[in-house]
Amino acid sequence: MLLAFDWTQLAQQIVIGLAAGGVWATLAVALVLIYRSTGVVNFAQGEMAMFSTFIAWSLVHHGLSYWEAFFLTVAISFAGGVAIERAVIRPVERAPVLTVVIVTLGLFFVVNGAARWIWSPETRSLPNAFSTRPITIAGVAFSIQDLGTIAVSLAAVGLLWLFFQLTKLGLASRAAAVDPDASRLLGVRVSWMLALGWGLAAAMGAVSGMLTAPALASFDQNLMQPVLLYAFAAAVLGGIESPFGAVVGALLLGVFVNLVGTYVDWVGNDLRLPVALAVILGVLLFRPSGLFGKPSARRV
Amino acid sequence: MRRGAGIGLWALTVVAGLALYAFLPHFVSDFHSRELASAGVFFIAIVGLNLVTGYTGQISLGHGALMAIGAYTTAALVVHEHWRDVWTIPLAGLAAGIVGFVIGLPALRLSGLYLALATFAFAVALPSLLRKFSGLTGGSEGLRFLESAPEQVTGLSGTVTVLGHTTTQNHFLYYLTWGIGIVGFGIAWLIVRGGLGRVFRSVRDSEIAASSVGVNLASAKTLAFALSGVYAGVAGSLLAIQKEIVSPLTFTFLLSITLLVGAVVGGLGSLPGMVVGAFFVQYLPDVSTRVSSAQGVPDFVYGAAIIAVMLTLPTGVGGLLRRLAKPLTTRLYTRP
Repeated sequence: MLLAFDWTQLAQQIVIGLAAGGVWATLAVALVLIYRSTGVVNFAQGEMAMFSTFIAWSLVHHGLSYWEAFFLTVAISFAGGVAIERAVIRPVERAPVLTVVIVTLGLFFVVNGAARWIWSPETRSLPNAFSTRPITIAGVAFSIQDLGTIAVSLAAVGLLWLFFQLTKLGLASRAAAVDPDASRLLGVRVSWMLALGWGLAAAMGAVSGMLTAPALASFDQNLMQPVLLYAFAAAVLGGIESPFGAVVGALLLGVFVNLVGTYVDWVGNDLRLPVALAVILGVLLFRPSGLFGKPSARRV
Repeated sequence: MRRGAGIGLWALTVVAGLALYAFLPHFVSDFHSRELASAGVFFIAIVGLNLVTGYTGQISLGHGALMAIGAYTTAALVVHEHWRDVWTIPLAGLAAGIVGFVIGLPALRLSGLYLALATFAFAVALPSLLRKFSGLTGGSEGLRFLESAPEQVTGLSGTVTVLGHTTTQNHFLYYLTWGIGIVGFGIAWLIVRGGLGRVFRSVRDSEIAASSVGVNLASAKTLAFALSGVYAGVAGSLLAIQKEIVSPLTFTFLLSITLLVGAVVGGLGSLPGMVVGAFFVQYLPDVSTRVSSAQGVPDFVYGAAIIAVMLTLPTGVGGLLRRLAKPLTTRLYTRP
């Protein structure tokens, strides 16, 4: 029985799961960036990523190659993220948290509506970023596309980490997230740091959208909604304040969901998300601040 | 004397509200009274959501799923057991109240965003579960009252006679929904003003302070969820009675979002604001479709309107009402 188990298939499914998890990781990191600076889950993150993907589609449609469009879109998305923060988030900076949450929900509809208005809702497709040829490692065939997706998402997250660790601007924005008042006294322009966070989050979202789209045969304006759900779940699993936790959470979730969907017949395709959420809930009941979150100490 | 004036003002508001309730259907068309009935469903659910999110401070992204519990309880009793539709309302409230209590259990360990995820998980998972257990729920097709148990639908003949008064079915639905809504509002008002309301607010404002003066956090939170579940269940049941059909499509995550938008626009921690919140989420989609029905424009307008309200009224309509009423009540209640 055990001998008949197909180890090749298992290895393949794990890589497929990691590729999905990598895409979720980029969006999960975007959620964490905004949560750390504003204390708000940005419900529009997925739609912003979808909008970026459509920009990329337009650029490709006008004759750019996939990678030219990729970097140009990341830059445009960064500017767009900053602009959104300035326009609608800054005015509610001091409002109750739920008010800001509702603003991001409003943004969800605005961005989704705008995308369907500008690009009519028929389905479309992006060219493949990587060769669709399989590559054989140790006798097991893997898709280059999956491996490439994992590499690009980890590279994007890594670059972001370097930015926060090595640059002065990164240090300033971390300081602004930890202690806004003290940072302000030291001359950090805290409000602009929030805008920077939104810009970076939008750029990360663009990466995740542009990695999601080519893997699908066709996509429409609902492209990123499932991705947002998984990214949210992954970010909470990892501890919503920890970018590292979000990445690990997303990769674990990707592999887990894919394996459960493949090997447990009862789960199949429909119940993947509910099962994933149930498991996360179970984890949270034992570790209420996520896998890598610091247990919150409260001063009485 | 001044206190008397304050009470008079209250009584006047209550009488005006009841008169509006009784006579409104005479001024609008039959079709519009059905829309009003549908706004009443939102009203009941949002008042319940406000109890848990506005007064107790526990975020719920899963109230649409609690409405689904109520709606499916009603539908299953009507279709499988051939109960009269209106008599299922109490059981629907009870069922959703029990489920609300169960959802409240993670709230004992989780707070803030993590609790939001727990309720969110419930809301996201429920439609797929409804499809999976198709024997009871009818799967993706849902349950249709008119095909399975038409004789149990109140007002099938077009008119309904209650205590000798005959009205059209739509008027009946209006009176039923808002009648329950007013009673529910009254109960919520009594809860919020009473000792239980103080317990809820103390949990919202500071859990540490609350528990140090002897408030049992666990029972306060689960009770708030259970109470609010009863409201959501009754609202869901009324929704099923109005539509005469339930299906998983009605109870997507979007419904939970809509309720939250209604509660925040109405103003968390304010009960009168909930009326405005309910009408906001009921009529805004229609209004935005009227602006232009081109692809995507209604959603764009809908979202833009939500953002605009939040930017102008960060604390919702309730906050505005409090600001407006302040000079008046200060004049009435403070001695010179």
